[in-house]
Amino acid sequence: MLLRHTNKEIKPRESLTVNPAKTCQPIGAMYASLGIHNCLPHSHGSQGCCAYHRSALTRHFREPVMAATSSFTEGSSVFGGQSNLIQAIDTIFTTYEPDVIAVHTTCLSETIGDDVNQIAIKAVKDGKVPKGKYVIHTSTPSYVGSHVTGFSNMTKAMATAFSKSTGVSNGKFNIIPGYVEPSDMTEIKRVVKEMGIKPILFPDTSNVLNGPQTGKYKMYPDGGVTIEELTSAGDSIGTIALGNTASADAARALDTRCKVPCQVLDLPIGLAATDRFINTLRTVAGVNVPASIDLERGQLLDIITDMQAYLYHKKVALAGDPDQLIPLVEFLISIDMMPVHIVTGTPGKDFVKRIEALTADLPYKVNVKAGGGADMYLLHQWIKNEPVDLLISNTYGKYIARDEDIPFMRYGFPIVDRVGHSYFPSVCYKGGMRLLEKILDLLLDRIDRDSLEETFELVM
Amino acid sequence: METISVLEDRKNQISQKGRDTFEMACEKKSLAGAVSQRACVFCGSRVVLYPIADALHLIHGPIGCASYTWDIRGALSSGPELHRMSFSTDLSETDVVFGGEKKLEKALLELVAEYEPKAAFVYCTCIVGIIGDDVEAVCKKVAAKVGIPVLAVHSEGFKGTKKDGYKAACDALFKLIDLNRKPEKQIPLSINILGEFNIGGETWIIKEYYRRMGVEVVSVMTGDGRVKDVQSAHRACLNVVQCSGSLTHLARDMEQAYGIPFIRVSYFGIEDTSDALYDVASFFKDAPQIMERTKALVQEEVCAILPELAALKKDLVGKRAAIYVGGAFKAFSLIKALKHLGMSEVLVGSQTGNKEDYALLREMCDPDTVILDDANPLELAKYVMEKDAHLFIGGVKERPIAYKLGIGFCDHNHERKIPLVGYEGMVNFAKEVHATVTSPIWDLVPRKAFNRAISNKG
Repeated sequence: MLLRHTNKEIKPRESLTVNPAKTCQPIGAMYASLGIHNCLPHSHGSQGCCAYHRSALTRHFREPVMAATSSFTEGSSVFGGQSNLIQAIDTIFTTYEPDVIAVHTTCLSETIGDDVNQIAIKAVKDGKVPKGKYVIHTSTPSYVGSHVTGFSNMTKAMATAFSKSTGVSNGKFNIIPGYVEPSDMTEIKRVVKEMGIKPILFPDTSNVLNGPQTGKYKMYPDGGVTIEELTSAGDSIGTIALGNTASADAARALDTRCKVPCQVLDLPIGLAATDRFINTLRTVAGVNVPASIDLERGQLLDIITDMQAYLYHKKVALAGDPDQLIPLVEFLISIDMMPVHIVTGTPGKDFVKRIEALTADLPYKVNVKAGGGADMYLLHQWIKNEPVDLLISNTYGKYIARDEDIPFMRYGFPIVDRVGHSYFPSVCYKGGMRLLEKILDLLLDRIDRDSLEETFELVM
Repeated sequence: METISVLEDRKNQISQKGRDTFEMACEKKSLAGAVSQRACVFCGSRVVLYPIADALHLIHGPIGCASYTWDIRGALSSGPELHRMSFSTDLSETDVVFGGEKKLEKALLELVAEYEPKAAFVYCTCIVGIIGDDVEAVCKKVAAKVGIPVLAVHSEGFKGTKKDGYKAACDALFKLIDLNRKPEKQIPLSINILGEFNIGGETWIIKEYYRRMGVEVVSVMTGDGRVKDVQSAHRACLNVVQCSGSLTHLARDMEQAYGIPFIRVSYFGIEDTSDALYDVASFFKDAPQIMERTKALVQEEVCAILPELAALKKDLVGKRAAIYVGGAFKAFSLIKALKHLGMSEVLVGSQTGNKEDYALLREMCDPDTVILDDANPLELAKYVMEKDAHLFIGGVKERPIAYKLGIGFCDHNHERKIPLVGYEGMVNFAKEVHATVTSPIWDLVPRKAFNRAISNKG
C-alpha cells in the first residue's frame, strides 16, 4: 500500500527526510547508560523525549526500560533547567537509589545552553549526591549525528568519568563492543574469555535488556559494567574498540586520560572481520588461538562452502548503522553476494569511503549514501530502479519488502516485530553462522515459494 | 519490592478506597526526576491528528520526533495511507543557528508537489519554539501558493503536557473546519464522532451501528479521517465525544461557533456502548424511528454475544485486574467491562485524570482498590504484587513490567491489534483477557513453580 508513495524518479532533496534511516542522539545515550550496573539514565529535557526513548527501547527489547526526566516546562526553557536537574538528582537518589545517574541532554536543553557539567558540580556541592554515588553526563543534541553518536558520547563519558590510572596493571583488556545487541555483548565476552583474556566490557547491556523472567521486577537488573570495573579500566593493558562510529571516541579518551593504548577495529561481523578481531586479541595478549575458536571458524566456513551455489551474485540492499554495515558488506562480498544499495542515516564521510574501498574491485558500482537525504525512501527508490534479491534493514524495511516482494532480513535497530535479536548474537563466528542461516532460509524459502510444481524439490 | 517507599510529594496522588478519604491530588506537573509514564505536547497533537490519511503530516524539528512517531499507532485507513509516511525537516546544527524557516518552506513545497495532499499539518517541536521560527508565516505563504490548507500545530514539547497537545490539535482541526465555513445547510439526523482513532478498525464498527440506527456520520475525528469530511463537520447536528480528554476542547469550540451541542460517551463495554447509542437516539427526539432501531440493535447485539461471554467468564470469575491508562474515562469503562467478566479491580490509575474523575473512580471501585495519579513503574509493580493481580491493562511501557512480574497483560492503548469497542469489541476484550490470564506460562514463573514443586512434594 505504501508503494504508491515512492516515486521512481530520484530528485535531489535538500530540506526533507522521508522515512528516516536513523533516529536521534539521546536514545543511544540512554541505551548505553543501561549498560552500567545500578544506573538510572536521565533525560534532561521535556517529558516526551524520555517517554519516546523508553517506548522505542521497550518495543525493541521487550523489557522494562527505566529512565527519569527533568520534565521541562515553559519556565525551565526560559530560565534554564538548572533547578529541574538539581531537583531531579535529589529525587532520583532518594527514591530510586541508583549508584549512578547518567544524564544526557536533548535538543531543548542544549539550545537554551544548560551547562550540565556545572550543574552536576553544583549538585555535589549542594549535597544532593550521596557519598559513593555518581552523576555522569554527556551532551547529545538531537540535531547533531544520530542515535549512534549519542551512544558513542555516553560511552566516552563512562570512560572519562570513572577510569583511573594507579600505575598497577590489572592484567585485563578493555573491550568496547559498540551499539550492538545484548546478545552480541555476551558473545564478545565469551570469545574474549575463550582466548584466555580477562575483559572489562563497557557498556554491557547483556542480562539487562535480555534478562530472564523471574516473576520479580528489578529496577536495576543484574547485568551491566560495574563502577569498580570502569574505574579499573584505566589500569588495563589495552583497549579494543569495536566500530569506529560508536566506540573509537571512548577508546581514544581512555588512551589520553590513562595512557591505555587502543586499537579500533571493525565489529566482528562475518568471517574476515572476526579473523581480524581474533588476530588482534592474539597479538596484543600474546595468546594462542584455542582449538575451540578454530572449530567455530571452520564451521562457519563449512556452511558457506556447502551453500555457496545459492549465494552466488544475489543482490542485496542494506540500511542500518555504519559500524554494522561496513563488516556486513564485507561479509556479503566474501560469500559472493552483491551489495548494491547501502544507506545509513548516520552522518559521516568515513562510511562512504570505507564502503567504496570495500567495493572497489567489484565489477559494478554500489549506491551508497550517508547522513542527510540517506533515508529509507531513497533506498526504496534505488531498489525500484535496480531490484534486489534480499533486503537487510531494521523493521521499517518491511514496507519496502512487501511493496517490492523482496525477501527481508531484519537487522539493526529497531526491530519491533520479531524476537530473537536480543538473545542470539550476530557477531563473531557463531554470529556469522546465525546470519548465514537467516540469509539462506530467506533465499531458499523464496526458491521453494516460486518453484513450479515439477521443480519443487525435497533436497536443496 | 519490599523496600519501595512512596515519594513524600506523591503521597496525595495515591489512595486506597475505604482507607483514605482525602481528595486525590492530580493534574500536577510531574516531579523532576520521576520516572513518569507521561509524554509531551507534541505527542498529544500527533496522536490526535495522525489518522487523517489524506493530509500531509510534516514534523518540523530534528529527526527524533519524526522517527519515534513513524507509524507506531494502528490507526487504519480505508483509502490513502499518506499518514503512515514519516516526513521531517531533519533540522541540523546550522538550521538551529540560522533558523529553519527556509528549509520548512522548501520541504512543504516539495511534499505538496509530490503527494498532492488535501491539507498539511506542520508540527512544531521543542526546538522550533526555542529558535523562534515563524511557522505560521511559512504556512500562510505556502497555503497561498499551493491552494490547500497548511496548518501550524503548536506542539512544542515543553509548553505543557500531553493535554496541551490535544488542545493544539483541536485548534488545528477547528481551523481546518472554519476555513471552509460557508452557509451550508445542516445535515438532518447527523453527528460527528470525536475522539475515535480507528485503532484496529474501531471506527468502522461504530459507524456501522450508526448506519443501522439511521444516523448519518458526517465526520470522524480523526479515525480513518479525510480532510473533506472534517471540513464538513460544522454541518452536523450533534458532536459525540468518546475520548473526552482529547477532543472535548474541539466540541466546546464547535458548540460556541456553530451551536452544535455535544455529549460524552464511551464505546467500551456493553453498558457504555448501549448508553452511547441510546444517548444519541434520544437526542433525535423528532425521529422516534431511530430509538426504535437502536433498541432493536442493542437487543440483537447483546443477545448475540452473551453466550460467548458467559463461556469465557467461567475461567475469569474472581480474577483481579490492575488498570493504568492515559485518560480516566477509559478506566470507568474498563471497570464495568471487567465486572461483566466476573473480575475485580485492585489498582486503577491514569496519567491525566482530574478531581471529578478520581472521585468517580473511588465511587465505582471495589473496596481497598488502590487509586493512582501519574504513577511510576515502581509504584505500579509494588501494588500489582501486593494486591496479587492476575492481569494488567495498560500501554507499551507497562507490558514488559507485567510480564516480568509474571502476570497477564492486555494492551488498551494504541498498540492493540484488535478492535475493543462495541459489542464485538467486548467479545474481543474478553477473549484477549481470557487468553492472557489463563496462559499456562504463569504457572512456570519461578515463585509459582517453586510453590507448586513444594506442594507436589507434600
